[in-house]
Amino acid sequence: MFKILQKTATTGIATVAYPDVPAVISAQFRGKPEFDFASWRDARPAADICPTGAIALNEAAGTRRVTVDYGLCVFCGQCADVSTDGAVHITAEFELATQHRSTLIHAADYSLNHDGTHQKMIAEFQGEPTLEEVGGKVTEAIRAMLGRSLAIRQVDAGSCNGCEMEIVALNNPIHDIERFGIHFVASPRHADMLLVTGPVTRNMELALQKTYAATPDPKVVVAVGACGISGGIFGTNYASRGGIDATIPVDVYIPGCPPRPEALLYGILLAVGRLTRD
Amino acid sequence: MDLFDELRVKFPLLVSGAEDSLCVSHSQVSINLLGPDVRLLAEHLQSAYGSRLVALFAEDRVAAENAFHNYYVFEQPGEPCYVILRAPVPADEPRFPSLAAGLPAVNWQEREIRDWFGLEATGHPNPRRVALHDNWPDVHPLLKSFPLRQVLPRFEGERHVYRPTLGEGVFQIPVGPVHAGIIEPGHFNFAVAGEPILYLQLRMFYTHKGTEKLFEDLPIHRAVFLAESISGDSAFSHGTAFCQAIENASDTDVPLRARIMRTILLELERVGNHIGDIGAIATDVGFVVANAHASLLRELVVRLNEALTGSRWLRGMVCVGGVRRGWSSEQRDLLRETMNRVERDFDSLVALVQASDSTRDRLEHTGILRPETAAVLGVVGVAGRASGVDLDVRRDHPYAAYDRYPFRVPVYQAGDVLHRMLVRTDEVRESFGILRAAASDLLSGDLVEGPYCAPPKPVPPGRCALSAVEGWRGEILHWVRTAPGNRLERCKIKDPSVNNWPAIVEAVQGNIIADFPVINKSFNLSYSGTDR
Repeated sequence: MFKILQKTATTGIATVAYPDVPAVISAQFRGKPEFDFASWRDARPAADICPTGAIALNEAAGTRRVTVDYGLCVFCGQCADVSTDGAVHITAEFELATQHRSTLIHAADYSLNHDGTHQKMIAEFQGEPTLEEVGGKVTEAIRAMLGRSLAIRQVDAGSCNGCEMEIVALNNPIHDIERFGIHFVASPRHADMLLVTGPVTRNMELALQKTYAATPDPKVVVAVGACGISGGIFGTNYASRGGIDATIPVDVYIPGCPPRPEALLYGILLAVGRLTRD
Repeated sequence: MDLFDELRVKFPLLVSGAEDSLCVSHSQVSINLLGPDVRLLAEHLQSAYGSRLVALFAEDRVAAENAFHNYYVFEQPGEPCYVILRAPVPADEPRFPSLAAGLPAVNWQEREIRDWFGLEATGHPNPRRVALHDNWPDVHPLLKSFPLRQVLPRFEGERHVYRPTLGEGVFQIPVGPVHAGIIEPGHFNFAVAGEPILYLQLRMFYTHKGTEKLFEDLPIHRAVFLAESISGDSAFSHGTAFCQAIENASDTDVPLRARIMRTILLELERVGNHIGDIGAIATDVGFVVANAHASLLRELVVRLNEALTGSRWLRGMVCVGGVRRGWSSEQRDLLRETMNRVERDFDSLVALVQASDSTRDRLEHTGILRPETAAVLGVVGVAGRASGVDLDVRRDHPYAAYDRYPFRVPVYQAGDVLHRMLVRTDEVRESFGILRAAASDLLSGDLVEGPYCAPPKPVPPGRCALSAVEGWRGEILHWVRTAPGNRLERCKIKDPSVNNWPAIVEAVQGNIIADFPVINKSFNLSYSGTDR
């Protein structure tokens, strides 16, 4: 007993203060890739190397639409490596969680030169939340109700276990999610929030639907990681139904592969309206 | 090769005598057989050479050769070269004699071949579906004629029938697939009489996501990322196994600097996961303070991972030919400083756990997997070494830079939770030695600035290659056949968990159900790696 206390005392307090203060992370960390669409000369190498098709091209009559979907991105950084014009660079930004799937999608239209490079940018777009998305979300009243002490049931609907590793890390003394009165519970019956990783496999579809039905209203669903948002590298196939929202309604999406613990925390707090910095 | 000559003289009706039926490359020998029956050969390899059947898988070659191929991968003690028997199964007679009755290790693998390709394992003692759940239509997804993106009809409800366990006071307890903790999905059906577990039935493949089929759809440079998503806690091991297979298929020489860096990252993956498991085992017997310290330590390793690779889980670093980035002197310094600290704190963590008699009391004699059971089931990795199975790919089939760093492979006979934890403790200490030696190698001469990736070159089509990595759980195998245009015809993945899941069924028998979590954690198998 004495040894346990001694080790605890010499360890001291390890918990970080994020999100009250900025997260301390390695300079090597690969966060959100930023695209300077106006100065981008050629998107083809980036689209070709992107492992999940997060950068996609659509060409018609001498023009090209370049679409960037952060909901598919696995943050490998290769788009920046191959875009020699410097229009793509990797930032340390990880607070990417959003309530609206469509806001993760950015796009630009270009007219093209004969060699296929961009002549000039015609227009740039960022996805706006659709009326349907805005209408279907949890109300402020529900947020206020859930936003004090929150019980989360985690559901792995087919993930590779990468997201689970980071969700487990939320409970370690460094990230210590219980400091917010947020705790993980053993049953959906006890839960306010389902924290779901994906892709939703064919074999987990029914279990996810049943878990959702077993969670009492009001409830919030958070889709975690590229696979949870969109199916990620697995997409939709004979065994995979793709993202969580193809099976149950989703309130907040947290990009990442996997999202780091701070990114998860940001998304969870966003879902229950407890981000005070904004 | 002598073995080939011996086999074709001894078994002229089974082994093709043609010269091109032997292929030797990158420490693997392939021998073509004349038919699907390998029973005599398997028995001979086992009795004459002490060979172990490492893996069994199939391939659809109907379009090219009007046959399927079954591949039987063997290894012999002390021989770094794998022996692969290729047994053709005619398309118009889609069945092969089962080995499972005498060799339970292939039970699931033979049934997988039936599920994926529709080849029947004749004489299999339990020929039920294993990978495709009962409510799937009659499909065989790895047939070339089966489209990847096909949307199959929706569920009509559960139909799986578990074997009833009957008797006075016997209860069945179904658990999962959604579990109480933050873990992957699977179904456990316990039969208990009072507290002790009489019988456990497992049902896996809940996270099956078409991974092997998907490999046939992706160009190789994208497929590396799919390999990293086979099992997220082993991203670097699976990524490396995949890249090595491609490197073998394309005769690519990986520069020494990259091989040493891969070795370091593979060991960091091992150290991080083993420390996490030691903490998790402590948690499952109520020693949460130890887990708090273990998870602090693990976070230290994970942060080092990020400083070295940009990813806390070592993703996006390995590539065909080497690694994607070199390390600066600051990164190398950080590696050494962090490892010194981790090593010191690890000693104090182990001392903390060992000083707790109540923890030892819960772990000792709990969840015993007997060495003879482990051998028959083909158990590998940490769980195998705790039960007398002296295997380690790093020593037996050296890859990356493991031939440069001698280390000890801990093997125990007791096979209980305590010894599965001890194997991890010993291995972490061995890893520190490897890491120290490898890190100091990176300081010398041309390894400081040398190339960290071989120049890219096209991958020739029609090549087959095997690759093995000792992930932190155990033996990971990747086998590929390349296709034109830097693509793959087939990619077989074998995670150690495939062998080890059935061992849990044996290990829990007679234990109280309250000890199941800690027994399960002491194996800590991958669901996603099994299900793919």
